[in-house]
Amino acid sequence: MPRRERLSVVGVERVGEYALLRLVRGAIDPGLPGQFFMLEAPGRVLPRPLSLCLAPSSELHFLVDPIGPGTTALAELERGDAIHVYGPLGNGYDLTVPRPLLVGGGIGMAPLPYLAEALRFPPAILGFRTERHAEAAVLMPGAEVVVDPVFVTDVLPHGYDVLACGPEPMLQAMPAGAQLAWEAPMACGYGACYGCAVAIGGELKRLCVEGPVLVAA
Amino acid sequence: MSLLNASGCLDALVAPEVAKTLDGFVTKTITPLPREGNAPPRIAETAHGMLNAIGLANPGRERFLADHLPRMRELGLPLWISVGGFCASDYAETCAALSDVQGEVEAIELNLSCPNVDEAADSAAEIVAACRTATSLPLFAKLSAAHPDVGEVARAVAHAGADGLSLVNTLRGLQLDRVTHAPMLARGSGGLSGPSLKPVALHAVHACYAATHLPIVGMGGVASAQDVIDMVACGAAHVAFGTALFADPYAVKRVREELAVVSFDDIFASAHAVTKPRVFAA
Ligand SMILES: Cc1cc2nc3c(=O)[nH]c(=O)nc-3n(C[C@H](O)[C@H](O)[C@H](O)COP(=O)(O)OP(=O)(O)OC[C@H]3O[C@@H](n4cnc5c(N)ncnc54)[C@H](O)[C@@H]3O)c2cc1C
Ligand SMILES: Cc1cc2nc3c(=O)[nH]c(=O)nc-3n(C[C@H](O)[C@H](O)[C@H](O)COP(=O)(O)O)c2cc1C
Ligand code: FES
Repeated sequence: MPRRERLSVVGVERVGEYALLRLVRGAIDPGLPGQFFMLEAPGRVLPRPLSLCLAPSSELHFLVDPIGPGTTALAELERGDAIHVYGPLGNGYDLTVPRPLLVGGGIGMAPLPYLAEALRFPPAILGFRTERHAEAAVLMPGAEVVVDPVFVTDVLPHGYDVLACGPEPMLQAMPAGAQLAWEAPMACGYGACYGCAVAIGGELKRLCVEGPVLVAA
Repeated sequence: MSLLNASGCLDALVAPEVAKTLDGFVTKTITPLPREGNAPPRIAETAHGMLNAIGLANPGRERFLADHLPRMRELGLPLWISVGGFCASDYAETCAALSDVQGEVEAIELNLSCPNVDEAADSAAEIVAACRTATSLPLFAKLSAAHPDVGEVARAVAHAGADGLSLVNTLRGLQLDRVTHAPMLARGSGGLSGPSLKPVALHAVHACYAATHLPIVGMGGVASAQDVIDMVACGAAHVAFGTALFADPYAVKRVREELAVVSFDDIFASAHAVTKPRVFAA
């Protein structure tokens, strides 16, 4: 059941080109890996969807790529600030797969540390644009890391149940049956606005209700 | 005074716990045929609001009546049905169909400000007149503030038989991508809502109350107790929350708590003071 609470910022740490935002957990349920939360972005009208990255006891961690006004406001939070958080929302990954392989591209690695923990650290492959971005792989000990011009698809082994998150071209290249976490602009995150519609099975449907994790056809 | 959601800004079937914070639930606009809506992206944040070009995505009249309405009934909330269409008979036919389930419907909101409907005063009035002959349910005409004289439109729909007004719908706007300078929305333009719409909405409520004295559902950028008080002071009988529900699903519960100490009768009485030209020019 999603809850909305005002959570205090424990701290914000730089991880390569990204920021790891640490919040006090409050009474919020961290939910399943792949579910997301709507975070108040100070100074903005709409909250921003972020996947839960890690949930150590009594905290919630989010990995933020500061690409625009909302994510920059989140990355610039400081210890002692507080923001409203609503979640967990959407459908996460199905964890009952026999041979999991985690695949992340860029900021798409955000939900994978929490997922890796839930699956007891299965094999993982992460791809990044630059060495500096790849520093975020410290959050995924043991993962194989590739950097452009090598893509995760170049080193993807066969015979695994792929659970992935990353840029659209990467997701498009994943095998049938893979569980993929997609993105769309979201105003509400809980089915209220119909803003996040994407084509699912040939029909426009709300990604925040049907996803964000969908099984590749 | 009732606190409602604005049409298209809450799905009571997906978020019943949020709907239960309301005094009544307003459905997304229902058209005669199902509509998938516009291609994505459909939303973009602006400096102090947002644009949407959802495109009236809805299941259509038949499926709404057969499937959605019975499930909405189970919420135990007064239901306001938002009705849309592309000509007067579209609206009137849905009103007639809703009359068959009279007991389940609190009021009908006629969305007279959808993209493909002529917003001229006589067209809105024609639609209201056609619906008036089709139903005895309360009819609220939802108007856009884009008309140069919204009070005149209000007078025309009142004359055609509207029981109340819903003010305002979104205003058309455009947002460009910072890098490519292309429109952010696939459709190009979209409807502006949120805080930047509030002064426009207050003016429309004020002008239409002065013009008709009909009950008004005020909306446009309402997010706080002060916003509700402002709407009521301008003449609103009820207040609806749209964009604010995206940032805070429990905005209505929060505002209701803040308002517990306010006397709405006093504020509403002062709406007469507000309509005096020396205080505010309409
Ligand atoms: C379910 C979900 C989970 C997410 N998890 C994370 C996460 O863990 N960490 C993280 O950093 N980001 C995540 N995102 C993406 C993040 O929400 C967006 O980057 C953010 O909303 C952008 O807001 P902004 O104001 O910073 O930039 P904006 O000005 O809104 O956007 C900057 C640029 O990014 C594009 N853009 C905006 N929103 C999106 C989007 N949702 N998807 C793709 N492109 C977009 C815009 O078109 C623009 O070109 C997630 C998105 C979703 C839907
Ligand atoms: C995403 C979205 C969808 C909307 N859909 C409808 C709709 O189906 N019918 C309608 O009459 N108004 C619709 N509106 C307009 C709202 O009901 C309301 O009039 C407007 O948003 C102003 O209120 P606000 O500033 O509180 O959002 C929509 C608004 C938004 C933001
Ligand atoms: S983000 Fe609002 S419906 Fe999905």
